[in-house]
Amino acid sequence: MASLKDLRNRINSVKATRKITKAMQMVAAAKLRRAQEAAIAARPYAERMDAVLGNLARGVASPEGASKLLVGTGSEDTHLLVMMTAERGLCGGFNSNIAKLVRLDAKRLIKAGKSVKILAVGRKGADNLKRDLGKFITDRVSLAGLKSVGFEQANQVADKVMTGFSDGEFDVCTIYFSKFESVISQKPTALQLIPASLPEVKGAEAEAESIVYDYEPEENEILDYLLRRNISTQIFRGLLENAASEQGARMSAMDSATRNASDMIDNLTLIYNRQRQAQITKELIEIISGAEAL
Amino acid sequence: MAGTFKFELVSPERILMSVDAQQVIVPGAEGQFTVLQGHAPVISTLLPGVIHVTTEEFKKTIFVRSGFAEVTADQLTILAERAFIVDEVDPRHLDDELEAAQQALDSADTDDARLHVTRAIEQLKALIGEAA
Repeated sequence: MASLKDLRNRINSVKATRKITKAMQMVAAAKLRRAQEAAIAARPYAERMDAVLGNLARGVASPEGASKLLVGTGSEDTHLLVMMTAERGLCGGFNSNIAKLVRLDAKRLIKAGKSVKILAVGRKGADNLKRDLGKFITDRVSLAGLKSVGFEQANQVADKVMTGFSDGEFDVCTIYFSKFESVISQKPTALQLIPASLPEVKGAEAEAESIVYDYEPEENEILDYLLRRNISTQIFRGLLENAASEQGARMSAMDSATRNASDMIDNLTLIYNRQRQAQITKELIEIISGAEAL
Repeated sequence: MAGTFKFELVSPERILMSVDAQQVIVPGAEGQFTVLQGHAPVISTLLPGVIHVTTEEFKKTIFVRSGFAEVTADQLTILAERAFIVDEVDPRHLDDELEAAQQALDSADTDDARLHVTRAIEQLKALIGEAA
């Protein structure tokens, strides 16, 4: 049985923990708002890009002359998995959920006889996969010390992907990130980057957009330019979604941690009071029975 | 004066400008062109350079590093990877941008890229000269 002093110490330490988790929750909430705004502000660019790209790609009649980024290299033996995770933990299942999805896909591809390369963006995911898939991690990008993700970081990742692709290091590239659905729900998502997966255009929209454009320079050149830009855009979008998801996950994780700490303090306080009461009673009985004996 | 059309300048981070413009001059890949209302639909990539926007209220100069423009009869959308409105930034920002461009020139490895960055540097120097 723990002594009163032990109990008191425990209550104090849990209280200190609760203060920390509470503070982290509030920091995450503030950061979440900013991350969410950034993700929303970045949407128009990606949407326009998608629309123009969709228009152009449909206009490309012959797949032979088209860019490899659009139609692929013709084989799919080597896969590059770009895993985007956070630099920090303490955010619930955020990092491990993404890593789990990557692990699942990587194992499936390996089983099917393909070779797999993993580009790890952010430290946590790489740590998670180190034990069983560590030898497949070919490259890392660190996001440490950044206040917010900018397009520069996306470009940095995109450059690695593009160089790798033009050097023929892989045939298919997929990015993994966590899609921000709401504060309590983040969905790990895989998105194929190369060959490009184009958005489905709905019937009415397609008709409305069937304006015949003039192209400067040639159509194919523009398409090629856009496909390259599209890679950084998609990566940027993934990074932003990830940033919002991370803060959301951390906020709810810290919220439940704070609640758990409060419950624990209540329990401990109850035990402490009972024990204190028992001790007082015991002392009284000792005094009374001592007096009676005289 | 001719009617207006919607002009939007979008960077990856956010929408930089969304106005009803009367006239916009765009540095297209195959030569500068002016967009007025009712322009034929064009999609063009951009060279580094300046965009001149004229609306009923103001005239503004925007610097872009690269991007592309989509023109329809009543709208002009410019997706720029790196852009800023010259009249609204600190003059020092121009120097920073010039420095970044010069660094990019050192690391440029294809003729195309070098040409691109050299143009950006020329344009920036001209802008700095104007501001001084």
